[in-house]
Amino acid sequence: MKRPILALALILMTAPVCAADTTMATGDLGLVVERTTGSLLAVDRSEHAAIGRIEGLGDLSHASITYSPDERFAYVFGRDGGLTKVNMLSQAIVKRVLQAGNSIGGAISDDGKLIAVSNYEPGGVRVFDADTLEMVADIPLNAKTIGLVDLPRRRFAWATWDSGEAWMADFSGPEMVLTKLGDVGKNPYDAVLTDDGRTFLIGLFGEKGVTAIDLWADKPEPVRFLKDYGKDQEDLPVYKMPHLQGWAFTGDQFVLPAVGQHELLWVDRRSLTETARTKTHGQPVFIIAQPGSPYVWVNFATPLNDTVQVVDSRNHQVVKTLTPGEGVLHMEFAPRGAEVWISVRDADKVKVFDSFDYHLIAEIAAQSPSGIFFTSRAHRIGL
Amino acid sequence: MYKPAAFVLLAVFMLSGPAIADITPERAERLEHMILQDCGSCHGLTRAGGLGKPLTRKALAGAAPEGLALIILDGVPGTAMPPWRPLLTEDEAMWIANYLLKEAK
Ligand code: HEC
Repeated sequence: MKRPILALALILMTAPVCAADTTMATGDLGLVVERTTGSLLAVDRSEHAAIGRIEGLGDLSHASITYSPDERFAYVFGRDGGLTKVNMLSQAIVKRVLQAGNSIGGAISDDGKLIAVSNYEPGGVRVFDADTLEMVADIPLNAKTIGLVDLPRRRFAWATWDSGEAWMADFSGPEMVLTKLGDVGKNPYDAVLTDDGRTFLIGLFGEKGVTAIDLWADKPEPVRFLKDYGKDQEDLPVYKMPHLQGWAFTGDQFVLPAVGQHELLWVDRRSLTETARTKTHGQPVFIIAQPGSPYVWVNFATPLNDTVQVVDSRNHQVVKTLTPGEGVLHMEFAPRGAEVWISVRDADKVKVFDSFDYHLIAEIAAQSPSGIFFTSRAHRIGL
Repeated sequence: MYKPAAFVLLAVFMLSGPAIADITPERAERLEHMILQDCGSCHGLTRAGGLGKPLTRKALAGAAPEGLALIILDGVPGTAMPPWRPLLTEDEAMWIANYLLKEAK
């Protein structure tokens, strides 16, 4: 988006004019979570610039954000149970509710009408009206909820850390229908929906392996795979839980973090068999596919979190190692993949790199930045 | 009220060393940063808990610092609490334990 002032100057030059067009659009905006200060930095993707700061959002460690279908509102899920609705145009908080004591993430329904939040304390999922933030459903499951995703047709799915179950809530009819999708294994740490909306992938911490549920099946059932990785190696300490929400699906493969190993695991999408492993710099945290390319980008757990590696999915080789600085917490691609925004916590900066030649395009000052969320997420399934 | 596990009690007798460790101010600053950021990723920035238990002064009240230091060094096997021994000395773990017990949060 161009700055209004520039637009104004242009309009004044092209006479005659009736009124200056100061209308703003939000399609290339985003929010950066500033976790220690409980604030959000509003950024303009085209300008590579910060355009405002929104304060008063509470404890934003592990915060995540989804957007309304018109990209006008952001819904921010904070650690302290806060659900905050932010107007991207006025860059102000519209509404904020403390909906639980301790929460971990959320999702918006495909029609943009429902906001679901996954909670640790009390456990379970709560669903809110996207307009008013009034609660419309409370699904207490007596377990910490992880990996909450939206599914087409006003449905949500998630897994539970303590009890190792996967669940689906369907809001397409007059009454919510809750279905248990199955027992998925010990201590699922995160889950993700594949880009085609077909497979719900659930990573396990308490035992080796990953569970897949085919949601296109008439009777979806959990299928365990990668059961044996790292069996003959000693597990390394995991100083930060990996995340799966990165859409690391390239071509015919999924790529997943090995838990307790400094490796990526490549899996054939259809057969769910392992095709290759890549040794990495550290314990992978995020593995994110660079849109429109064969590459995935990986960051790592502390104390090796100053580095990002780029891996080619065709030959599973590391093709580039970058060191943006201490505390690389998140990476967000421009929707068509041309550039990647990387939050470097201890440098108090977001660094923007060209995804193809890796040169530094811009740096944006931010206070202990963590998650970066562009408004284009509004149009992606399963986030 | 904090209920220490049996192995923690045992550990208290095993861990010897100075109660107040010799930590330089620079190192103390790094450790504080680590508690906030690295421990915070599981225990919350305000230490109110997350995947890991709350580590507030209230939640830990009554715990022996030596016991906490051993948990920090060796982790809690079978849970997500990792061993920090590869990254911390025993003195540093004691410093963190005392910090958790004293710093208001
Ligand atoms: C990857 C997640 C994770 C990280 C990072 C982590 N912890 Fe933990 N921690 C846990 C979990 C889970 C437990 C609970 C274990 C159990 O069930 O007994 C725990 C328990 C503890 C306990 C025992 C609390 C009690 O009441 O018994 C202490 C003390 C502790 N952690 C300190 C730390 C410190 C200090 C750090 C940073 C140096 C840290 N933890 C980092 C996950 C983590």
